[in-house]
Amino acid sequence: MSAFWALIIHELRLARRRGGARATALGFYLIVVAALPLGLGPDLNLLSRIAPGVLWVALLLSALLTADRMFQDDYEDGSLEILALGALPLEMIVLAKSIAHWLTVGLPLLLVAPLLALLLNMEARAYGPLMLTLLAGTPAVSFLASIGAALTLGLSKGGVLLPLLILPLYVPVLIFGVSAIDAAVTGPGSFASPFSILCALSLVSAVLAPLAAAAALRLNLQ
Amino acid sequence: MIAHLPLKLVVQELMVMRGMRRIITGITMSADAGEAIVLTGPNGVGKTTLLRALAGFLPLADGKIRLEGKPEDSTIGEACHYVGHLNGVKPHLTVMETLRFFSALLGGGTGRAALAAGRLGLDTLADIPAGYLSAGQKRRLGLARLLCAERPLWLLDEPAVSLDAHSQALLAGVVGEHLASGGIVIAATHTDLGWANMKTLDLTAAALAARADAI
Repeated sequence: MSAFWALIIHELRLARRRGGARATALGFYLIVVAALPLGLGPDLNLLSRIAPGVLWVALLLSALLTADRMFQDDYEDGSLEILALGALPLEMIVLAKSIAHWLTVGLPLLLVAPLLALLLNMEARAYGPLMLTLLAGTPAVSFLASIGAALTLGLSKGGVLLPLLILPLYVPVLIFGVSAIDAAVTGPGSFASPFSILCALSLVSAVLAPLAAAAALRLNLQ
Repeated sequence: MIAHLPLKLVVQELMVMRGMRRIITGITMSADAGEAIVLTGPNGVGKTTLLRALAGFLPLADGKIRLEGKPEDSTIGEACHYVGHLNGVKPHLTVMETLRFFSALLGGGTGRAALAAGRLGLDTLADIPAGYLSAGQKRRLGLARLLCAERPLWLLDEPAVSLDAHSQALLAGVVGEHLASGGIVIAATHTDLGWANMKTLDLTAAALAARADAI
């Protein structure tokens, strides 16, 4: 397992030295959420009603913005060949890189979400459910992004194609994330059932996405 | 140094295709422990294709590759080092960080990174980010991963590119030690590498045969 941790630490170190990815995602998140009230006008009731959905959708878009680099640099500089011949199977490499992506992009986005919620006048009792659903759902965002990143590897305009491939896969995460918050804030229905499905989506994608992404990487190595 | 059984690489009637095109066909060769095979032939003849097929990146259209003496449950990919045209070096990491990562990833022990740096003359550059290295120094850093983990089969694609005479001698010394300890080296090259104990395999005939079959 030491190679697995070494890879995660390596990715975090690279992300810190390169900068870029996290700042881009956070900046994009801030701008999208801040622009929305400007477009909709100062109707505080409307804003607070749509706040959870807006925060979720904008987070998905921001996370996707950085996903195309997940394997691209390794592909271009030859590191992917070394990773493929290393002590870890490619599936574990995808898993490690997805975890690193979540730590560098998903986690910071999740942490600024409550600050951005202030801009949208979100109800006070929605903060807890929002954070819980983001915590449960954002790992799925990183895992699913790895499939798109692996499939679009080597395409010159891969960054444009990737959202088209991956956003449909985010739909269940979005639906159950937002409906769990709605259930907790306005009812009826329980918070637990959509939230459990959201957790299940993250767990399933943690298992299946590395298999799919590793298969795509093998094709790209040929 | 290598604690496996006597090693032997056997390649039988190998055919490799890329897309719908046959690149090489009818490759038969074998290398015993301590032997080096140098693949030669003009540009585009299929040297890189053959090396990538040996490493397991490309599917085989026909034929067999066998590495006798490697651990039972491992693939050839896990028993080989492949150094291609690209060095796999990150500009933001220092030389030592890069080597430590290589040895952790490839399953070498601790301390091998320092050993690799010393053998390829990188120890004075240990704290320099790889982005500041010259092309030849980057190549040496890429080659240093050969020593970051012990693997019996080395697949080298143009290993001496951008190396000066001194670095080429360092490489020849490292390769010589690997062969002396019972390893196998397959290298593709245009230049005379000046290694001892090597066989040459010209791929021109295999490439011509592939083209003739296709017609």
